Amino acid sequence: MAIRERLSGNEAVATAMRQIDPDVMGAFPITPSTEIPQYFSDFIANGKVHTEFIPVESEHSAMSTCMGASAAGARAVTATSSAGLAFMYELLWVSASMRLPITMAVVNRALTGPININNDHSDSMGARDSGWMQIYAETNQEVYDNFIQAVLIAEACRLPIMVCQDGFITSHGVSNIDLIEDEKVKAFVGEYEPENYLLKHDNPLAVGPYGVSPYYMEIKRAQAQAMKDAMPVIRDVANKFYDMTGRQYGFFEEYKMDDADVALVVIGSSAGTGKEAVDRLRSEGQKVGLIKLRVFRPFPRIPLAEAMCKVKAVAIMDKAEGFSNSGGPLFNEARNSLYDLPDKPYAVNYIYGLGGRDITVEDFYDIYRDLYVICENDDPGDVYRYVGVRDSRY
Amino acid sequence: MAYSLKNELAKKERFMGGHRLCAGCGAGVAVRSVLRELDPEDKAVITNATSCLEVSSFIYPYTAYTDSYIHTAFENAAATCSGVETAYRALKKRGKVKDNFKFITFGGDGGTYDIGLQSLSGAMERGHDMVYVCYDNEAYMNTGIQRSSATPRFADATTTPVGSCSPGKTQNKKNLTEIIAAHHIPYAAQTTFIGNFKDISEKAHKAIYTEGPCFLNVLSPCPRGWRYDAADLEEICRLAVDTCVWPLYEIEDGVWKVNYVPKRKLPVADFLRKQGRFAHMFKEGNEWMIQEAQDWVDAQWESLLAKAE
Repeated sequence: MAIRERLSGNEAVATAMRQIDPDVMGAFPITPSTEIPQYFSDFIANGKVHTEFIPVESEHSAMSTCMGASAAGARAVTATSSAGLAFMYELLWVSASMRLPITMAVVNRALTGPININNDHSDSMGARDSGWMQIYAETNQEVYDNFIQAVLIAEACRLPIMVCQDGFITSHGVSNIDLIEDEKVKAFVGEYEPENYLLKHDNPLAVGPYGVSPYYMEIKRAQAQAMKDAMPVIRDVANKFYDMTGRQYGFFEEYKMDDADVALVVIGSSAGTGKEAVDRLRSEGQKVGLIKLRVFRPFPRIPLAEAMCKVKAVAIMDKAEGFSNSGGPLFNEARNSLYDLPDKPYAVNYIYGLGGRDITVEDFYDIYRDLYVICENDDPGDVYRYVGVRDSRY
Repeated sequence: MAYSLKNELAKKERFMGGHRLCAGCGAGVAVRSVLRELDPEDKAVITNATSCLEVSSFIYPYTAYTDSYIHTAFENAAATCSGVETAYRALKKRGKVKDNFKFITFGGDGGTYDIGLQSLSGAMERGHDMVYVCYDNEAYMNTGIQRSSATPRFADATTTPVGSCSPGKTQNKKNLTEIIAAHHIPYAAQTTFIGNFKDISEKAHKAIYTEGPCFLNVLSPCPRGWRYDAADLEEICRLAVDTCVWPLYEIEDGVWKVNYVPKRKLPVADFLRKQGRFAHMFKEGNEWMIQEAQDWVDAQWESLLAKAE
């Protein structure tokens, strides 16, 4: 029987960590992820986990300790946000290249400049090419479920994984949640049994070589293959999770897409607001739909393109600015995935919600209205758009 | 059993030949000397900061180490080792690892005095059971002899070149051993390669087999950066010690001990003269440089003796 609880997203992640009972956690506090190591330290202080916690002096060392621990043969976890993730940046690349299955809770927060503690996706989107898998959540339930699945996904792929949720919105928002029994989680994640590790009895291991040109490219190609091969792994782990809980997870969720004329593609908690807009507009007879992307790395290029092709126009929503002069990161990848299809929808980009700027049901009405206009005019207009900016020049 | 170099050299090598360090380089000597002090029945995980040593001793797919080895980046070797050591405790507690492991980290002065200082300070303060060995060659040699905070005053380095308006580096060397000692760790020591290697061998053994965080600072000359003949490595080290430029001392549980007091303290000029990086100090009109270098060394030596009283 599932356990009914009321938890914040941070409590939910800490609870998942307690149930997983990893070998090592190295972490450094940063808003809004600070509570995760705090709750976890409390579990340690009260004998509820066997994990060794390393209270490091920086996020840089947090990731370094996780790398050392993971290479040594331990199951290692951490948590961070924003500038903390940025401070790990070099090591994200190194840990991915070393094929270390570290699981990291990322509580998404604007990457500073000017300093801001509220939610957007600029931190993890800035690390999108580092070789880490990335899974995003709409709700507290999803972040809990994702974290438990992530451990298995990472270890099966030998790739590190970020389990992302929206800072404050879900991390600090308390909501109802169904927890899985401790023993079931334990059985689900099993023991971490790497093939080779530093502390292995019968075979020493050397990791982190100087990778000279005759070998470097093969190492990178193998990493790219691992990311490709992660697709079926993510699907299989989701199926196993469904068998345990009855809760179904895919690369993305399609909300009322089957007969939709126009749709949004969105990541994270804003999908909840978007779904409310969908329901209200549908009650007025408008056939609108929504796609909530759960897995951003690996990017589910082909299935996502197929889903978007169900409609005539899509608004691809980015909670991160890429400063590329060609739209946000999700837009570029999602739109690119449509290129080879003969019959594709119009695709426009909306940058929204930076630094915690609210996006409302009414904002989503406006976006759906824009999409209908695009369909009527048979012209996408400017595809690179903003929602909610108060500066009248734009 | 009394110390004998013959016995030391009869021990199994844990750092093999075939690596690509230069002839006359101190780094390889430091690693061999330290790793020899592991008891044969013990296993070890070696951590390495990005450095000459790293890119010369683990070029894929060959490793010079018979033990497990990890390199992740430049500035985080101590934190990486913290993770390995913590994993060891976690896995031992769960019965998944049965062997005895020791944890030894090597970093150059760039990776230790400078970019890796925060990571090192954190690891020492947290109290991991590990030994951090700095092989100090007094500049960023891997990138081509740029100055570090370990570079002595007046040294000609590529970012402190000697020129018509420049006497070389203008700052004195940072005293890292004292900074680490201020963490109140169980054991910190300075050493180098002298005579029968008794000093470095005994200090390495003590550091490896003292529980908790221990630190060794090993002066490890670099023939390219210091500009001496490869065959002169031992003589350079001897002069560093006999001039008191690099005193041999240790701090054990807060007690300072000078391990070697030269019978006749040689002038600093004897150490400087052997090295191309200090050649300009011997030009006419630059006598003040030698005098100021001498004054600095004298003051440091007196201050050390006072601590050890």
